[in-house]
Amino acid sequence: MTIKIAVIQFPGANCDLDAVHVLNDVIGVETSLVWHNHFKEAEFDGVVLPGGFSFGDYLRAGIIAAHSPALDEARIMLKDGRPIIGICNGFQILIEAEFLPGALLQNESLKFVCKWINIKVLNNKTAFTQKMNKDDVLAIPIAHGEGRYFTDNLKELEENDQIVFKYSTENGNYEPEANPNGSLDNIAGICNLEQNCIGLMPHPERASEEILSPKGTTQGRLFFESMVEFIERRLK
Amino acid sequence: MAQTEFVIEISLENKPAARDPVAETIKRDLLAKKGYEEVSKVRSGQYLRINIFANSEEQAKEIVTKMCNDLRIFNPVTQNLNILNVNKL
Repeated sequence: MTIKIAVIQFPGANCDLDAVHVLNDVIGVETSLVWHNHFKEAEFDGVVLPGGFSFGDYLRAGIIAAHSPALDEARIMLKDGRPIIGICNGFQILIEAEFLPGALLQNESLKFVCKWINIKVLNNKTAFTQKMNKDDVLAIPIAHGEGRYFTDNLKELEENDQIVFKYSTENGNYEPEANPNGSLDNIAGICNLEQNCIGLMPHPERASEEILSPKGTTQGRLFFESMVEFIERRLK
Repeated sequence: MAQTEFVIEISLENKPAARDPVAETIKRDLLAKKGYEEVSKVRSGQYLRINIFANSEEQAKEIVTKMCNDLRIFNPVTQNLNILNVNKL
């Protein structure tokens, strides 16, 4: 059985084509770009919500897309355990659709931040981190204005192992300089309780080919390779 | 009964627990620097003015409150909804 992945395109999406390219041409898994109003969950084994500025970020980043029919379809996938990843604006959409808890606020610096940073893996059991090791440090780019993660329930996230990534130095330390947006406790990415859905501000699809990385790293591939492995195990 | 058009003004204010760097910057880098040191606090937020047909002021408020809650017009983790004013058009 062929695995099929959808990358959902909202008006104002970006890096959607990058995600399709990496999945199809680098990872080698059949992937379609699907307009958000046309997305039907039954055709797909996994879904990527890409970055960008869906619906112009009006009202609050991600809130309008969270009411798209695509999210009703994705909610079916969420419940039956298929993998869902939200990257950057996709993370904001997953938060606003209440797939994931908390909020993403304007960066503490009030500036759009676009640079390569490092994140440390805290949970390598999720659908998108199974091929990583705990405490691995990944080089990955960010590009966002509203990425400051906030929750009023940090303890519960910690107890449930829902913090997947934290911003760190290259050596894996959580120094304030390593936190690019003022996120609570350096949080860069989280998952749902069942661990089939993750959201993160960094862009793995931009960190999957040597030519795009200042240090020639390709650790972004691990996200998508983990997803494929997770799906293969589910389908067995 | 003919419905009346009301104008409801709402604000979405950030909760105290979440830092508000927009307001902090306005207070620190504008107001205080320009001599308005008596300003003790600023909080930023969003403002919406909604025209709505309803049978009464109470009903108009109820619909707007329900709409804002159901559609997550504000994020309850970090924002409060305040109804500022309700007026007949």
